[in-house]
Order: sequence, then C-alpha cells, then structure tokens
Amino acid sequence: MELEKRDRVTGRTTTGHEWNGIEELETPIPRVVFFFLGATVLFSLICWVLYPTWPLGSTFTKGVTGFDQRNLVTEQVAKADAERASAWAGKVETMSFAEIEADPALMQPVKEAGRTLFVDNCAVCHGVSATGGPGFPNLTSKSWLWGGEPEAIEETIKVGINSTNDDTRVSQMMAFGRDGVLAPEQISNVVTYVRSLSGAEGDAAKIEAGKEVFAANCVACHGDNAKGSHDVGAPDLTDHFWIYGGDVNSVYTSVYSGRQGHMPHWDARLSPLQVKLLTVYVHTLDGAPQ
Amino acid sequence: MVSQLTTSERQYALVTLLLLGLGGLAMAAMGRGDPIAVHGYIVLLFAIGLSFVVMAGYYAPEPDKDRLSRYYDDPTRVGIVLSIAWAVVGMFVGVWVAALLAWPDLTFDQAWASFGRLRPVHTSGVIFGFGGNALIATSFHVLQRTTRARLPGQFAPWFVLLGYNLFCVVAASGYLIGVTQSKEYAEPEWYADIWLVLVWVTYFLIYLRTLARRKEPHIYVANWYYMAFILVVAMLHIVNNIAVPISWSSAKSYSVYSGVQDAMVQWWYGHNAVAFFLTAGFLGMMYYYLPKRAGRPIFSYRLSIISFWGITFFYMWAGSHHLHYTALPQWVQTLGMTFSIMLLVPSWASAGNALATLNGAWHKVRDDATLRFMMVAAVFYGLSTFEGSFMAIRPVNSLSHYTDWTVGHVHAGALGWVAMITFGSIYALVPWMWKREAMYSSRLIEVHFWLALSGTIVYVFAMWNSGIIQGLMWRTYNESGSLTYSFIDSLVAMHPYYIARAFGGLLFLLGAIVAAYNVWMTIRQSKLEAAQGKEDADIPLFARDAVQAGE
Repeated sequence: MELEKRDRVTGRTTTGHEWNGIEELETPIPRVVFFFLGATVLFSLICWVLYPTWPLGSTFTKGVTGFDQRNLVTEQVAKADAERASAWAGKVETMSFAEIEADPALMQPVKEAGRTLFVDNCAVCHGVSATGGPGFPNLTSKSWLWGGEPEAIEETIKVGINSTNDDTRVSQMMAFGRDGVLAPEQISNVVTYVRSLSGAEGDAAKIEAGKEVFAANCVACHGDNAKGSHDVGAPDLTDHFWIYGGDVNSVYTSVYSGRQGHMPHWDARLSPLQVKLLTVYVHTLDGAPQ
Repeated sequence: MVSQLTTSERQYALVTLLLLGLGGLAMAAMGRGDPIAVHGYIVLLFAIGLSFVVMAGYYAPEPDKDRLSRYYDDPTRVGIVLSIAWAVVGMFVGVWVAALLAWPDLTFDQAWASFGRLRPVHTSGVIFGFGGNALIATSFHVLQRTTRARLPGQFAPWFVLLGYNLFCVVAASGYLIGVTQSKEYAEPEWYADIWLVLVWVTYFLIYLRTLARRKEPHIYVANWYYMAFILVVAMLHIVNNIAVPISWSSAKSYSVYSGVQDAMVQWWYGHNAVAFFLTAGFLGMMYYYLPKRAGRPIFSYRLSIISFWGITFFYMWAGSHHLHYTALPQWVQTLGMTFSIMLLVPSWASAGNALATLNGAWHKVRDDATLRFMMVAAVFYGLSTFEGSFMAIRPVNSLSHYTDWTVGHVHAGALGWVAMITFGSIYALVPWMWKREAMYSSRLIEVHFWLALSGTIVYVFAMWNSGIIQGLMWRTYNESGSLTYSFIDSLVAMHPYYIARAFGGLLFLLGAIVAAYNVWMTIRQSKLEAAQGKEDADIPLFARDAVQAGE
C-alpha cells in the first residue's frame, strides 16, 4: 500500500487509504477551528456562570445573576400595569363613561388600547372595522339589539348572548314555518311586509295581508312599529341593517327556521378594565352611512 | 427484479407478505368504523399487490452465482425512483399549503383539504418520502462501494425499502383522514410506529453485517454518518413514540409523557431528527458524491472526524432551544442555547471541509450543474447552521419564535441543503446505476439548478421579511402602553410575503418535475441500450485482496 502519496493541487500527503477512488488528505485542522471552538466554549462557560444551567438532583445551579424568567416576566407585567394605571388606566377604572368620553386626552389611549382588544377578540365575528358580516351584527350601525348605552354594551360584553354565563342575555326568534305556526303563504306575505318597512317594493295586497300576520305574531317582540325591543334583543326591522341578510330568501329563512344568535361571554376572559375599554371603543365607533 | 432473488428469498418474501396481509386484514376486521380499518385495507392491498409481483417472477430461473461478485443495486434503483416520486408529491402539497396561507378558501370545504391535515402530508412527504428514500438508496450504494462488500442478502434490503414506503403511505393517508399523534414530524400513530421500528432495526443490521464483511481496512467517513443517522433515528423514534393505544382496534393512542416533559421529549426528538436525519444522513451522502464528482480527495480527514464527533455530541443537547420562554425550566433552556452555539463550530467545519475539497475542481463547479448543486448545498448548510445557532440565543429567539423566520430557516436547510445535495447526488448516481455516460440532458440539470436556487432564495427572503415584521409587530407598544398591532394586523402584513413564498415554492416544485423527467428519460434510454452491457467505473468487489486494518 502506498503510504506517501501526494496530492498535486495542494502538495499534501493523503492518509494512504482509498475507497472506490476517494482519498483523504492529511491536512491538519485549521487553527481557526480551534479558535472558534475556544470562543464558543468560553461563551458557554460565561452563560453557565451567569444563568441557571446545570441540574443538581432536585435543584439546579442558579447562576450568579439569580436571573429567573418567571420573576422577570412577573416584574415586567407588574411594572407595565403600574405605568399604565398611573398614566391613564387608573382614570378609566374610576371615571364614568360620560366623563371618559368627554376627555379627549384620555380617549386617545382608550381608543388605541380598545382597537387592539377589539381586533384580537371581537373581529373574528364582527370584522376588523366592526361592520359585521352574515350572521354577525354591524356595530357601527347604531341599530342596537340590546341597547346602545355604554352600560348596556358593557353588560352584553360581560354576559354574552345565549352564552353559558348564568346571567346571559337570552333571545330566540321562533321557527314559525318549521313549527307550523304560519303557513308558507302567510310567511311569504309577512316577509313582503317586513321588507317594505325599509323601502323594498312589493305587491300591495301581500303587504296588507302580511301586516295582519305581523300584528298577530311578531309585535310581541318586534313591537307595533317594528322598531324592535332592547328588552328581548329583537332587531329593528325598519332600518337598512340586516344581520342575516335582507333579500327575500334570507328573510323567509329567518321566519321559517327561526334564529338564535350566539355571543360568548367575556367576563371570564377579559378584566373589568378591558371590558370597559371595549365598551367605550364600541360606543364611540363612527356610525356607518345609512 | 424478482428474478434476481433466490428461490428461498422469494419464499421469504411471500411468507412476509402473507403475514403482512393477515395483519392488514386483522386491522381491517377489528377496527370497524375506526380509521385503523382504512389502514388495514391499505396494508392488505399493499401486501396483495406485492405478492402478485413476487408470484409473477416466482418460477423464473435462479440467478447465477456470478451475482455474488457484483454489487446489489436493484433496491438503490427503485429507491431513487420512489424518492423522486415522493419529491414531486410532497413539494406539490407544499405549494398547496403555502397557497392556503395566502388564500385560505382553497380547502373547498373538505375536511381532508384543511391546512392542519395537508401540512403533515407535505412535511412527511418531503422529509421521509423524498429524503428518506434518497438516504436509503444512496446508503446502500455508498456502503457497498466503500466497503467493497455486497449487501449480505437480497431480501432484507427490499424489506427495508418497501417497508419504509408502506410506513410513508400509511402516514400520509392517515393525516388526510385525521389520524395523528399531534407530535410534529412524529405524527403517525402507534401501529405505524411499531412497523417502522421493525424496518429500521433491519436497516441497521444490514449496515452492520455489510461493514463486518468489508474488504477495505478502514470505514469511510460517509459510513460513520450513515450509521449515526440510522442508529440515532431508531433511538429518537422509539423514545418519542412510546404511547398507549386506547384499544387494539383503534388508531388513537396517548403518549406516556405529559406536559412539559412531553414537550421536551418531542423537541429532543424534533431537533435531533434535523440533526441525524436531515444532517448526518445527508453529510454521508455529501462525503461520497461530492469528492467522487469533483475527482478530488477530501480536504482533511481529521476535520471530518472531529466534525463528526462534534455534531453527534453537541446536537444531542440542543433540542430545548425550541422551548425558550416556555414552561420548560430555564436551566434546560440555557443548556440548549449554549450547546447550540458550540454546535456551530463542527457544522461550519463540515461545510468548510466540503468546500475546501473543491479546491482544484472549481472549474468543474462552473461547468457542471450536478457538482454545483452539491457546492451550493454545502454553502446553504453553512448558512442555515449559522442561522440556527443564532436563533437559539434566547433574546434572538424572543423575536423569531413562532414567526415565519423559523419557517424560512427550516426551508433554507431543507431546500438549500437537503434537497440540493440530494438532487446533486441523484444526478451523479443515476447514470452509474443505469449504465449511462451521463444524464439524458445536462441542459435540464442546468435549468433545474437555476429553478431550485431562485426558488430557494425567493422563499427564504420572503420568510425572513415576513418573520421579522411579524416578530416586531407582535412586540410593538404604543405610547399608551398597549400593543399597537392586533394579530390580524400582522396577518394582513404577511399576505404579500405568503404569495411570494408560494411562488418560490412553485419554482422549486417545477425544478423537481424537470428532475423527474430527466431521470425518467435517462432510465428509458438505458433500457434501449441495456444489451450493450456497459461496465461502470467502480472498483469491483474482487479487484484486489482484502487488506486488514493496521497493515
């Protein structure tokens, strides 16, 4: 076996072994490798001295800094809370809604914090700009189901609608068609009537017939003037806003199969301060064009 | 190919397939209404299909004794084809899930097409399907050439290759019907895991038996890496997948670990899967095909050895850097971080060793796209190991964690390093295996190279941008001390990058399709000229007498 074989290009000897034509050079390990190995080991040793690192049975080396991620985050959160409280959050907690909304300097941080809370928690259903979507109310419409006063909004956020909270707001539109209360013809008439309330064209005879059906079946919740009721969460049927769609088919489906929307309760997930911030944010949203 | 098996090997094959088929039947019968029954039918069909193949060749004459003086390459050939097929499927699903992130409605309201079910089809398809088959195929080739020993039998290699692909099929089909352990890169359920253990132990035994029969005095470094890959993947797989099925007739199981211990075991597994599957295995590939293609000796034997031990030692500690700032005790995080930093040295030593090996052959890198694939792979290996060590530093990780930066980092490694070294090796290997002078088209290799490189760069830059923007948006506070951006705001900001990423992935997929065509045409040409019986340039089994170590 040839032990002293030299490589033409580098002038180095090979190890003398060959595997299917592959050889290896006897190049010593470049110094830079040892340098970087030393540097990274040194870095590691410093970290081990400074921070908790090695397990010792039931405990571990604490490191000379005594650094602990749990304490650190607890301290940082407490500090941030304290800063926010002294800057503006404390005022929000103690002031009334009217006072908060009357204070432009305070409204600035409230709106900033409120928007992030809204988009992280509410936008999945109500949309980033709070304009809702099929099945989810538009919060900029001022067409409130449960009342648009800050106290009412705050209560809705806290307990939810048809939620698992003991004090939940409860609301249900009956399935007039499926349960056999109204015949298809009657439903068709009342749909035409209801749509005419917000200006939709319709057969006058059907509207007249539908008005009678409405008076006999719907006024208990939606009211004589069809303006809805905040006590039972019944929507105003005379405006242009529809939760489930205002076309004939959608309204027919609503009357035939009923509706029972659901909103989760947020009292378990958000703090009272956060609920208050959201309340002010929602209450002061710019109204949508009619 | 069945005709190359001896009669007793054909009988082994049939008995094994009978047992496998009975196993599938039992799963199908016992698991009524459970997804395990679907897998039972798949196993049964697989066994029946292969039985037909074996029976069709059962009465073919026995192979002549001459075969024992040649290397056994049939499993390597099939493995290459399977690897390319999985590459196209896995990368196609990858482009699909990338598109889902940009256009979430592409699920067509089908449960199986949801992101959560398709994503593991992509990851398993490319890592295990494409990468795993390439590793098995090349390891059998490299093992025989560098030991000058034929594989010890002809049945076991097929059991490993086809058994492994059965595992991949069961895994991928399971994800689509909702079967998963919810452990990243270890999603397949208990019965698939047990099957893989059988396959993998056989794989390891083949390696040991061939090495024991070697005619070269020393074990070439590529085999060290392949051995580390096989041995450690077996350890990782077994430890991480210990679970208790809820019944023998159900696909569902529960891990024996819980809470933070489960997370730590999972990421010890996950990071070492990167280390020993996606690094050690492919370094084995690189250490053979790169010097072979370049016609140059390895730059430094010593560097390969200290890098090997550095990588195997340091990687084992690094998994906890996936769990920075979590419930994992901080001391484990510090350990993971510091070992990740030290790991950079052997990683760069390996990349440097590969690049320095090219000294004296850089003109070939310029002219030969196959060698250029391997060169670029070594560069990306260096880049992504640097990035990995950097991201393992806790304060850096607080920015990068949970963002697309991680995804970009993984793909710098997976596209730039793993896929490029694999394609380079396949382009070198296919002409040797099918007795051709060269691939069907060197132009198409060139096309593939530029598609792959530009796809990788588009992908990685898109994810760097989106990841860092994401990380910064999540930690930006306004003056009132509340978060400036909501999560949805960050998603809106990601949208253009998600489109760019899908485009980069598409380029890479197109490259893989070009490779599939090129390999296919090379194989077809080979059949036309098979009668000429060209000899390859390998040193044959009996070229010279066996030499003992120490001579």
